[in-house]
Amino acid sequence: MKYVDEYRDGELARAIAATIAAEARPERIYRFMEFCGGHTHAISRYGVEDLLPPNVRMIHGPGCPVCVLPVGRIDEAIALARLPDVTLCTYGDLMRVPASGGISLTKAKAGGADIRMVYSTLDAVRIAESEPDRKVVFFAIGFETTTPPTAMAVLAAQKKGLSNFSIFCNHVLTPAAILAIFESPEVKTLGAVEIDGFVGPAHVSTVIGTRPYEPFARNYHKPVVISGFEPLDVMQSILMLVRQMNEDRSEVENQYIRAVTRDGNLRAQAIVADMFELRESFEWRGLGQVANSALRLRDAYAAFDAERIFPIARSNAQDNPACECGAILRGVKKPAECKLFGTACTPETPMGSCMVSSEGACAAHWTYGRFRDAAKMRAAE
Amino acid sequence: MSGVMRPVGRKLDLKNGRVDLTHGSGGRAMAQLIADIFHVAFDNEWLRRADDQAVFDVPPGRLAMTTDGYVISPLFFPGGDIGSLAVHGTINDIAMSGARPLKLTASFILEEGFALADLKRIADSMGDAARGAGVPIVAGDTKVVERGKADGVFISTAGIGVVPEGLTLSANRAQPGDVVIVSGSMGDHGVAIMSCRENLQFDTDLLSDSAALHELTARMVATAAPSLRLMRDPTRGGLAATLNEIAHQSDVGVRIAEGAIPVKPSVAAACELLGLDPLYVANEGKLVAIVAPEAAQALLAAMRAHPLGAEAAIIGEIVADQNRFVQMTTSFGGGRIVDWLSGEQLPRIC
Repeated sequence: MKYVDEYRDGELARAIAATIAAEARPERIYRFMEFCGGHTHAISRYGVEDLLPPNVRMIHGPGCPVCVLPVGRIDEAIALARLPDVTLCTYGDLMRVPASGGISLTKAKAGGADIRMVYSTLDAVRIAESEPDRKVVFFAIGFETTTPPTAMAVLAAQKKGLSNFSIFCNHVLTPAAILAIFESPEVKTLGAVEIDGFVGPAHVSTVIGTRPYEPFARNYHKPVVISGFEPLDVMQSILMLVRQMNEDRSEVENQYIRAVTRDGNLRAQAIVADMFELRESFEWRGLGQVANSALRLRDAYAAFDAERIFPIARSNAQDNPACECGAILRGVKKPAECKLFGTACTPETPMGSCMVSSEGACAAHWTYGRFRDAAKMRAAE
Repeated sequence: MSGVMRPVGRKLDLKNGRVDLTHGSGGRAMAQLIADIFHVAFDNEWLRRADDQAVFDVPPGRLAMTTDGYVISPLFFPGGDIGSLAVHGTINDIAMSGARPLKLTASFILEEGFALADLKRIADSMGDAARGAGVPIVAGDTKVVERGKADGVFISTAGIGVVPEGLTLSANRAQPGDVVIVSGSMGDHGVAIMSCRENLQFDTDLLSDSAALHELTARMVATAAPSLRLMRDPTRGGLAATLNEIAHQSDVGVRIAEGAIPVKPSVAAACELLGLDPLYVANEGKLVAIVAPEAAQALLAAMRAHPLGAEAAIIGEIVADQNRFVQMTTSFGGGRIVDWLSGEQLPRIC
């Protein structure tokens, strides 16, 4: 497959692996957090860790949009979907995320709620257009990558004069989450998780550019390399991070030059800025309340805001206390260190969101990587 | 449909007519539907007898029996339809035991309002598939449910076959050292179905691989019988599900190489676009065989000599593993698990 296979070439991978092994200093440990679930997935699916020397370690970050959505917001979406005239349209990977009381969107659908999976925000607009008796709510989630498509759906609905389309807005901001990780007690003072550098977002950066990461490199002295989602992109970015550390540099470098510029997609940024404003605070699973980390519709678009149209009670439901999703999302714990991992919590019976999305650290480790735990246990015996 | 003779009266309106509740009531309308559509399409000596059951001699040996249901959407897809799929799928379930398929039965749940022209097209396709495979449909049944209680037509089948003497194939027979062979490219059926789903149409020349595999399996048995451990068709859940089933039933591990698994470029591209993995996408005309290493090359050659096995490939081996993992060396050079499918990747694929 052209333009895909080239980025998954095994021979090139081995060549980069050899360079990383040669340049990584044996007396040092290199701990890199890949922020995005897309990177986590690629690392697990292609077995990237097998190609790295033991002193270059990857820590999975919180950049999985499904994973960071708190239970309360899923509860609220289910409450919306259960209103008699409402049709809730959602991306498919939200369907199985556990809400409170053992419910999920899948179970609410089986119980009679009108919940439909869509592949595009515009599909939701089409449903609103063709079924004027239904009040169609789009369950809008994700980082800066998925916000512009949500904005385009609202504009399309406005242009068509649809009064039965709205969005339940949960869009969140990447730089705020990275800041929260730097400022979290574990990273800042306890030292429980040390991060030496970041494999920075791919698709998010196509929208926001590389400029927003510059303060992190400057203020926290951590190298950042913006990386594509293909496995060779990740390998090359790891090499670039190793070199920055060896040369004692802390800069924002761009490996994903085929798609990312310093300024990003200015048109998308303008559309989003026109339609959305910052929430003072928003709850993230794993990070708790994070100031200025999420978006809501501006007053001018109130007619499309499901939170203002429908009387939905706020849910403050919390995760199962045994679930370690929070610590895993901050990189403090590894999936296999959670007591529920692989016992009570599997992709079939997920207790936490990290086990649901294919971009979640737990799902990726369970689905692709758990043979390494078995190998480690055998080695220990 | 047994016990029905062609009634006197006007023929069915096969152009503009629709199924109504009288077609399932046991009266003249039902008799006419059965005679004009199913008997014409399936015609054989057992149906012609018009009894409530088919009576036939069976050759000596153990019998293999199976049953299957078909609810695929859409009913017509590139490379087949629900009718041909029902025949191929049932024959394949019998053939995977090494048995020679003998007879099929089919039961139809029809939705009120379903176009008779579509029903005829499906029945004719079934008849063609059965005749092509040399396995007659010898008994059947028809029921009609109110509009909205079904989706056009659902088909349930049964099949019976006879297993050659001394042959025992079963998913619990894989042993460390055995070789894993697939008969051709993975994921064609699932992607062909996806390409014509109303909410995600995309253009592709890809056809479903729906086919009856019993001639291929007969050759495989003839070539490698004592060393052939098992055959299985990787339908729903794809190759990944089948290999995990084998690992669990045989209490072994499986190691495969990604680069050795045949996947058509168009399937790989569609999966890339849709976020699917070809190893989890359904096949309807492919099989997985596990064979002792000394017979692997002969079996591979025999498979490649048959049109339905022309792209057969050795993809890996059985290993001892108490965790019963299916592990894959990626083309990239790393290792990963090929786990069971979680949740639903493609609903109503067969």
